[in-house]
Amino acid sequence: MTEVTATAPLYLSIENLWKAFGEFLALRDISLDIHDGEFVCFLGPSGCGKTTLLRAIAGLDLQTKGTIMQAGRDISNLPPSERDFGIVFQSYALFPNLTIEKNIAFGLENTGRSKSEIAVRVAELLDLVGLPEQDKKYPAQLSGGQQQRIALARAIATNPGLLLLDEPLSALDAKVRVHLRHEIKELQRILGVTTVMVTHDQEEALSMADRIVVMNHGVIEQVGTPTEIYRDPATLFVADFIGEMNQISAQAGAKETVVVGGAEMKCRSHQFSSGSAIVAAIRPDDVIPHGNGARSPGAKDIIETPENAFEVLIDEMEFLGSYWRCRLRNERFGEQELIADFSVNAARRLALQANDTMMIELPKSRLMAFEQAGG
Amino acid sequence: MSDTVAKELPAGPAVKGKLSRDDLLMRGGMAVIALYLVVTLVFPLYAMLSKSFSTFWFDLGQYEVQVSNEAGVFDGKAISFAALNEEMGLLSEEDLTAGSDGRLGVTQFFPDFSFRSPVLYKIRATTDSGRYLVGSKLHTGTVWLELDSNTFRRVQLRPIKSVGAGNFVKFFSTPALFNSIRNSLWIAVVSTVVTVSLAFWFAYALNRSCMRFKGFFRLVAMAPILVPSLLPGIALVYLFGNQGMIKEVLFGASIYGPIGIIIGSIFFTLPHAFIIISTALAISDARLYEAAVSLRASPWRTFWTVTIPGARYGLISAAFVVFNLVITDFGLPKVIGGQFNVLAVDIYKQVIGQQNFEMGAVVSVVLIVPAIFAFAIDRLVQSKQVALLSARSVPYQPNPNPKTDRIFLIYCSLVACFILGILAICQYAALIKFWPYDLSLSFRNYQFDRMDGGGWSSYFNSIKLGLITAIAGTSVVFFGAYLVEKSNGFKVGRSVFQMFAMLPMAIPGMVLGLAYIFFFNNPSNPLNVIYGTMAILVICTVTHFYTVSHLTAVTALKQMDREFESVAASLKQPTMKLFARVTVPVCLPAVLDISIYLFINAMTTVSAVVFLYSPKTTLASVAVLNMDDAGDIAPAAAMGMMIFYTNAGARILHLIASKGILRRTQAWRAR
Repeated sequence: MTEVTATAPLYLSIENLWKAFGEFLALRDISLDIHDGEFVCFLGPSGCGKTTLLRAIAGLDLQTKGTIMQAGRDISNLPPSERDFGIVFQSYALFPNLTIEKNIAFGLENTGRSKSEIAVRVAELLDLVGLPEQDKKYPAQLSGGQQQRIALARAIATNPGLLLLDEPLSALDAKVRVHLRHEIKELQRILGVTTVMVTHDQEEALSMADRIVVMNHGVIEQVGTPTEIYRDPATLFVADFIGEMNQISAQAGAKETVVVGGAEMKCRSHQFSSGSAIVAAIRPDDVIPHGNGARSPGAKDIIETPENAFEVLIDEMEFLGSYWRCRLRNERFGEQELIADFSVNAARRLALQANDTMMIELPKSRLMAFEQAGG
Repeated sequence: MSDTVAKELPAGPAVKGKLSRDDLLMRGGMAVIALYLVVTLVFPLYAMLSKSFSTFWFDLGQYEVQVSNEAGVFDGKAISFAALNEEMGLLSEEDLTAGSDGRLGVTQFFPDFSFRSPVLYKIRATTDSGRYLVGSKLHTGTVWLELDSNTFRRVQLRPIKSVGAGNFVKFFSTPALFNSIRNSLWIAVVSTVVTVSLAFWFAYALNRSCMRFKGFFRLVAMAPILVPSLLPGIALVYLFGNQGMIKEVLFGASIYGPIGIIIGSIFFTLPHAFIIISTALAISDARLYEAAVSLRASPWRTFWTVTIPGARYGLISAAFVVFNLVITDFGLPKVIGGQFNVLAVDIYKQVIGQQNFEMGAVVSVVLIVPAIFAFAIDRLVQSKQVALLSARSVPYQPNPNPKTDRIFLIYCSLVACFILGILAICQYAALIKFWPYDLSLSFRNYQFDRMDGGGWSSYFNSIKLGLITAIAGTSVVFFGAYLVEKSNGFKVGRSVFQMFAMLPMAIPGMVLGLAYIFFFNNPSNPLNVIYGTMAILVICTVTHFYTVSHLTAVTALKQMDREFESVAASLKQPTMKLFARVTVPVCLPAVLDISIYLFINAMTTVSAVVFLYSPKTTLASVAVLNMDDAGDIAPAAAMGMMIFYTNAGARILHLIASKGILRRTQAWRAR
């Protein structure tokens, strides 16, 4: 998928964007390219500037500095009505006194389309979002998920070149949300419309986006595909914000090693000079359990990097359905506990129990070194 | 990555947004309505303020005169009038102060003046600003003007204008005027205390007891809003006046004065206090009462520690609203005040009675001070009230208590009797042939065309005023509120507009009316043409009642999704289409509320329009005042009740219309 979008032509280009609210800088020197047909998510905690960036693209809140090019046209200072986009808000902003049909037709009027053309288009859109029979109802008569889809239909009715989604799913309950994620993504794929979605939900971003833009404090921390972002977080913030991450204070060793509690372990290559204080990080599900029966029956349990394998005490075990979450202790971590997620199968085969000791390995390719937060 | 990013906003100008056609349209619209408020509020008030600080006096040193001998030969010796005055000790400093229309004859400076004598006179001003009249022709300038005796006696000096606090000094040193401040404050304070207490228990009974007939009492409590404030005065005259039905109960005290004003004020301010306190009591949190019960607090203690603190903002707000209404009311003290002077009536007396516009302006300025003060406190308190109710509050449900419910029922019945009694007396008075001599009933008093005050045409003028005000006012107010709520950017302009929209509430009607005279009756004002027309009455009424209407509109608009405008823009649809298709229909209940509010107030208002009506645009409410003034009290009562029935009818129509329109246009509200 990454290959497809990378070769697609540039559609939206943001250059050195700043936004100041008085003294507060909501966006700081943001530059970003979005390709034609791409689905991009702006992901970050609340207050990170993601919505501000979206509103700047829409022209709803003008940026203080910087330029935005859309399809080769400089739209930096254009009012929303002169830009080319459709938008869905968290509140949907459906017109409460107009029927579903009239809501969707709202943007089609005064565009040179005849009444019958509009009716055909509305029916087509209702089909597309899977609500063909609801045209005479009022928004309040629909469920949240249905309203959401109507808002989407209204936004794409005029075939805009760009679709903007501002936390479109966060007002819905969990089940509907998961379902709609898939539907929106599917719709976007069919229409091929370049889409920018703002969300604070990492799962949403990981499952829907072609590329994710992780933001924090008004700057972009990392841009990449969901797998890149998850597997190779560029900063500790990204590592921590997306998925879970054990953070262990450590010193940088020579190239490809870190020193944790006096013990040297192999890790991914890093740029830090030897001896500098860093954070070693590994995801709980990357911790490998060792011992008799740790692998599936018949397979041999091999420790790949002996420096990275050591014995730990299981302090606590928590059953979370598909896996066990274990809190592990070892003197090299000091007071800190290492969290590891072991599959239910592995835990059963190893007969793991609290207060037992076991052997684990932090695989070299999954142990990362980061600059300390705030540094 | 974050450390590679610049931390400082680069220098240079910010991106300047291109305005869309809608932006321009909305800003233009806002400018137009802001201009309307400037012209109909700010300019008139400024004119009034500057009037209150203008003093006029005759500057005798400005004029010189030469007198010839009997043969008509001048000796070339000129003498100033100041010197003449000093020589003779004729006019004191006080005599030389004047109004803007003051004229001073010159012959009094010449004791042996005779218009038949052959003596000739030469007169001139010594400065360019000196003005004098010969007959009705105005002369200025330093060129000598030669006149014979017969013409010279028609010379009059004109005063010069200067800016100063002289009028205020005069006001505060004239006990008759100055005492009005004390009277006004006293009346307002007493009325406020009594009204708020009465209204509190009435609202308490309706919100916190299980007594019967709540709907009826609620309706009765609102009735006084439908009549002019001076109507209770008429009823009180019939009850306790010199020939009153039950004047004995006053034990010889006179109803004409503070007693009458206070009772009447209670009548017409009760609904206002009731609405505010009732709202405050309605939103209290049941969980607090449950907590009080579980802590075994006595009902008395619960009342003082839960009920009163919960309603305190409502009580304070109600108190200041009532205070403001009473201190600025003009109709009631005019009808029943007798010799008891209050500020609002003083303005009327100074302007209509004595034609002393400068002093009228001074009293107005004095009256604005407590009015603005009360208004400011009310706004402050209202903004705090909002935060009181959390989303998790549980509405209080009263439990039946036969004993207290009966006490409340008796209490509410008494208050209802008071309100209905006043109205019934007025109706009775209107139907009696000739109180107290011929008690047979007739419609004679409805033959308004035989009385002063403009006759039936004033009634129809009032309806016309009400309808135009409701339609034009609602349009202007709602559109203005929409523009200020929903336009982008332009922060300074919007907050200035908000300020203008809040101002009218702080300005008493009398003051506004007087300010309109100063501004619109000025011949050099191009808007002078509307003076004396229905247009100025409409404009004045809309402006007078702008604030409450504006707040109603803003409240409704704030409940609309903020993003409607963004969606419309993204769909490339004009904002005005959104306004017409979505905003107005969704806000229709508020729009209807504003229009009925404006209609009823246009029907009942006296204070502002009393200065502005012309023989062609007499109004019913003013007719009540004028007929009462002329001694035609029964027809005044009859007209007052016509206003009541009209407003009651309008209210019912409004109710039916809203229901009908709501059913058709608000189908979406039903799930």
